[in-house]
Amino acid sequence: MLRYAARRLAAAVVVILGVTCVTFLLLHVEPGDPARAILGEHATPQAIQALRRQWGLDASLGSQFTRFIGDLARGNLGRSFVDQTSTSSLIAARIGQTAALVAIAAVFAVLITVPLASAAAIRKDRLADHVVRALSVVGLGLPAFWFGIVMIEVFSLQLGLFPVGGWGSSFESHLRGLILPGLTAALAIVPVLIRSLRVGIVEVLEAEFVATLRSKGLGELRVLMHVMRNALIPTLTLLGVNIAYLIGSTVIVERVFDLNGIGSLLLTGISQRDFPVVQAVTFVLAIGVVLVNLATDLLVAWLDPRIRLG
Amino acid sequence: METALAVEDLTVTVARPSGRFRAVDGISFEVAKGRALGLVGESGSGKSLTLRAIMSLLPAAARMDAGVVRLKGTELPHAVRDVRKALRGRMAMIFQDPLSALDPLQPVGAQIAEVPRRVLGLSKRRSWERAIELLRLVGIPDPARRARAYPHQLSGGMRQRVVIAIALAAEPSVLLCDEPTTALDVTVQAQVLELLEDLRARLELAIVFVSHDLAVVRQLCEDVCVMYTGRIVETGPTPEVLAHPLHPYTLGLLDAIVDLDHPVAAPEPIPGALPDLEQIPGGCSFHPRCFLATEECATAVPPLAEIVNAPPSHRSACIHSDRLRAG
Amino acid sequence: MSLTVDLTEPFVPTSGSGFWRRALKSRSLVAGTIIIGLIALAAVLAPVISPYPPDQQDLFHVLGGFSSRHLLGTDELGRDELSRLTYAARTDLKVGFLAIVFPFLFGTFIGTVAGYYGGILDTITMRIVEVVMAFPFYVLVIGLVFIVGTGVRGIYIAFAVADWVVYARAVRSTTLVVRELDYIAAARAGGLSDLRILGRHVLPNTITQGIVYAMSDIVLVIVAVVTLGYLGLGVQPPTADWGAMISSGQDFLTTKWTLSTFPGIAVAVTALGLSLIGDGLSDVLRPS
Repeated sequence: MLRYAARRLAAAVVVILGVTCVTFLLLHVEPGDPARAILGEHATPQAIQALRRQWGLDASLGSQFTRFIGDLARGNLGRSFVDQTSTSSLIAARIGQTAALVAIAAVFAVLITVPLASAAAIRKDRLADHVVRALSVVGLGLPAFWFGIVMIEVFSLQLGLFPVGGWGSSFESHLRGLILPGLTAALAIVPVLIRSLRVGIVEVLEAEFVATLRSKGLGELRVLMHVMRNALIPTLTLLGVNIAYLIGSTVIVERVFDLNGIGSLLLTGISQRDFPVVQAVTFVLAIGVVLVNLATDLLVAWLDPRIRLG
Repeated sequence: METALAVEDLTVTVARPSGRFRAVDGISFEVAKGRALGLVGESGSGKSLTLRAIMSLLPAAARMDAGVVRLKGTELPHAVRDVRKALRGRMAMIFQDPLSALDPLQPVGAQIAEVPRRVLGLSKRRSWERAIELLRLVGIPDPARRARAYPHQLSGGMRQRVVIAIALAAEPSVLLCDEPTTALDVTVQAQVLELLEDLRARLELAIVFVSHDLAVVRQLCEDVCVMYTGRIVETGPTPEVLAHPLHPYTLGLLDAIVDLDHPVAAPEPIPGALPDLEQIPGGCSFHPRCFLATEECATAVPPLAEIVNAPPSHRSACIHSDRLRAG
Repeated sequence: MSLTVDLTEPFVPTSGSGFWRRALKSRSLVAGTIIIGLIALAAVLAPVISPYPPDQQDLFHVLGGFSSRHLLGTDELGRDELSRLTYAARTDLKVGFLAIVFPFLFGTFIGTVAGYYGGILDTITMRIVEVVMAFPFYVLVIGLVFIVGTGVRGIYIAFAVADWVVYARAVRSTTLVVRELDYIAAARAGGLSDLRILGRHVLPNTITQGIVYAMSDIVLVIVAVVTLGYLGLGVQPPTADWGAMISSGQDFLTTKWTLSTFPGIAVAVTALGLSLIGDGLSDVLRPS
């Protein structure tokens, strides 16, 4: 287990390094002057020069990169171009909301996927299975954000159950405000999860040890418990893989529901051409994905005795 | 001798895209307490399905269409849930691949202990003790420590012993074995067979042992049934059947083996191939591949019958058996 | 992005008549093709069948209801909804299909080569793939669009960079399996050059895999194009685009909710058709 953990950690570090490089290079993707690209077509030469100097763009690429790493190490993710506030503080203020959204979405995703996929797998090729599979095919094509809007229409405007947007000031209103967004984000990945989990459970059900379990004389319910426990591992792996998509989709969900997480910070940064903010948020989100993946891998490794004990 | 298990006219059909087909066609046999019956045949002869039908563990596409199974004289019900309940603890089954037969996530001791705990209602502590006893019974050294191991940490032979321990946990009177030695090395095979023999004697188990390996059956089983395309074509005491086969298929099987004790010029494979489920020939299903076949053979299925001049327990389903008897 | 199609079995390119016969028997494939066919037809014939040009504003008849002049009503600038929907189909379908070309070609190629040769090439490629995949898809795409500029050009570049990785990873898995197949070993032993083996034996297999994957990827790409349109980062106004229509319609949920809803339904139906084709195709191509 320890060796496995060390290996995964090393791989994660490599990826983080890569993410750092890519984030740094984002500025240099467009051939030509990055400063001009940021400031747009109508910038004056003086403004461009000023920006270049401010960002040290007049230095060599190597020294720029070194400075970038140094800044990162000190937690300095740059300063907002618009109002000079530190991007790290901007992010810190909003990351809670996004994290809560992702957590709630993950919970919803599991709560919806597991029963549906199990029902489909257990009643394979019967009505329940066909219904679930049809639903997930339809769900794949449903733009999640659009469905979110539909839900706003139905649940918020018509039925008045949830706020139309924002997340209020009290803990209770935080939760209420996150339910529809969480559901929307979850629905972005649920169809894929259902498909894969169903296949995973079917495979477990058809495995020999289920025959052993039944031949032991155990009741069907207990057999099911064992099956679910075995299917848990591929489920977690699956969830971990899709969490990246989930985290990314918060950007859109926050726009739909007018929330103030780092996703909407990204969009604001883009509309204001505030490059440091865009860079910083991208970086944080990517690191978040790497960390969540690492955590999932380690959790799965711990749960599975075949990996834990080698 | 008391009959532990009796099967009458068991028929199993399998669903295919083009229809339902018989994979097991009206077979009957009996096993007495403390005796072992071998069920031999090639892959696809229906022997595994037979066992699964008896244990009510058929895969989704298969269905037991007819037949009566009697456990110690009591007829078992047909509906799956009721059968399982009736079987609990009285009949057990072991499978071919011990690694996939065990839950990878639980220590082996727990998997054994689950039976006395859930099926017999013993306490947690007593169940665990029983698990250790069983591990000792099946010959696993240092059972108390081994009970905490996970399946992937044990060798193939030990895993199969664990599977046997699980099967014995509820003190069954009948043990069904579906090619339990096929996946094991030859030396380990011998150990497991010895264990089964020992257990059979000590616990007076009735064993039904499915295999495609005649040598293994010869070692363990007093009686044998030879199966072909879902029917029993020959049955009788093992040494008798193997020494004086009365069905051309059995003869073919024996000829196809290299037997170090009785070397023959060269092993002869049976001409032709095992027919697919959907294309079983009419009449005697073996007749297209049979060197004794005559026109009559294609007309009707020969019944499993006693043969003149052979002991009554040795029966064959061939109208030309007398020719084999003579030669 | 992850769409798990079962990748454990390689696809065998099926020949001629067998393929078409099986294709016609697959209900998903037929249904999907019909749906997409209809939508594509509408898209292609948009200029012909639309009652009005999509940009024509009629400020005297904003937010109009269903009428004989405007079958599906008008939007907030008096533009005919039906016309805009069909023109948007044209735009979004075209952009979606074009955006996928580079990722498909490049990803399949790289995946095949990396899987086949293995070694350092494979390791490097997979690390790059991992790094790209570490960026949440939308974040990456949005970031790229930000850098290179919005609009259709931005979309193409953004997808070129972000989307090839899924093909590369999927195709590489298949290549690893195919590489070990007996007939490849036989070809190698027979002395055929790697290039020829790749071209003749490995590539047909992996391209088929790539195509099936593309069918499910196209669904996500079209949804992504629409999403970018919603965020204002994709197809730029006044060009009609389902996403932009949903976005501008969101302000009018209480007065005319169909403005946001209909484009979404259009996307959903299109995606459904494509999914059905993808499912049908993967069933037909899998030698089971």
